[in-house]
Amino acid sequence: MEKKVIFHEEYCKSCELCVNVCPKKIIRIKDDLNRQGYHPAFVRDEDQELCISCALCARMCPDAVIEVYK
Amino acid sequence: MKPIYQRPKSLKQVVTHYCPGCTHGIAHRLLAEVIDELGIQGKTIGVASVGCSVFAYNYIDVDFQQAAHGRAPAVATGIKRVLPDRIVFTYQGDGDLASIGAAEIVHAAARGENITVIFINNAIYGMTGGQMAPTSLLGQKTTTSPAGRDARAQGYPLRVSELIATIEGARYVARFSLHNPQNIQRAKQGIKKAFSNQIEGKGFSMVELLSTCSTNWGLSPQNALKWLEENMLPVYPLGEFKGKEGE
Repeated sequence: MEKKVIFHEEYCKSCELCVNVCPKKIIRIKDDLNRQGYHPAFVRDEDQELCISCALCARMCPDAVIEVYK
Repeated sequence: MKPIYQRPKSLKQVVTHYCPGCTHGIAHRLLAEVIDELGIQGKTIGVASVGCSVFAYNYIDVDFQQAAHGRAPAVATGIKRVLPDRIVFTYQGDGDLASIGAAEIVHAAARGENITVIFINNAIYGMTGGQMAPTSLLGQKTTTSPAGRDARAQGYPLRVSELIATIEGARYVARFSLHNPQNIQRAKQGIKKAFSNQIEGKGFSMVELLSTCSTNWGLSPQNALKWLEENMLPVYPLGEFKGKEGE
């Protein structure tokens, strides 16, 4: 299945603002670190179909991490 | 699948130096979106101020000039008058625009310069370590007002948009907030209007964006948004003070 929401993890600073605005509450924080040393936000592959492509996460993100498709 | 949201073209593909959750990133992104939508990337010139946002020139992919502290509207005036076909904007924080740059912004507005000013108000000095700004709220604790800002000693918060809106030369003056997606969307429309006015030769436009500084406020990024909503909105009401549709 094609992904509805893509996180460019290298830009993420783990501020979690996307986590809080997601109406479906499917955005999680990874245990792994990115190159900057932050735990990046992501959506699990199995949660992709729950995404409603509202793009609130992308509009809230201060680091333009997120791409959304419908 | 159809793209709903993608990184704007005018935003460079680099990691910013801003702290996690800093709303400068949102303001940069909105600017880049507006520049893309208006198709003006090739003829836009930004003027960076002094403060955390001085590095805007590393992030927004247009020509840039850096100005001395507070002098961005004066430098933008020069650029616009020499190159009137370019779209010139300044990007200034409250420590820059509302204090040392108070004279420059007032006179640029009074002259009705055909420039666009993006004013980031987070009620504190960010880059230098959280000192009290002219825009700090009464009672707000900062490194230079550790007991909270006291009107008797430190005066009152400066409402810059209301002040500039009284000036005849100002064409569009509005205040928006970046604390949730709905308000971010409104802010984008305001920024777009401020740039469209310049393209149409209508004159001076300023958009104030209420922002957070979670590091110097001592709050998490999420709590900083909440603090903004609860404490800044009552002091800094949102709205278009001048240049509403039809005016």
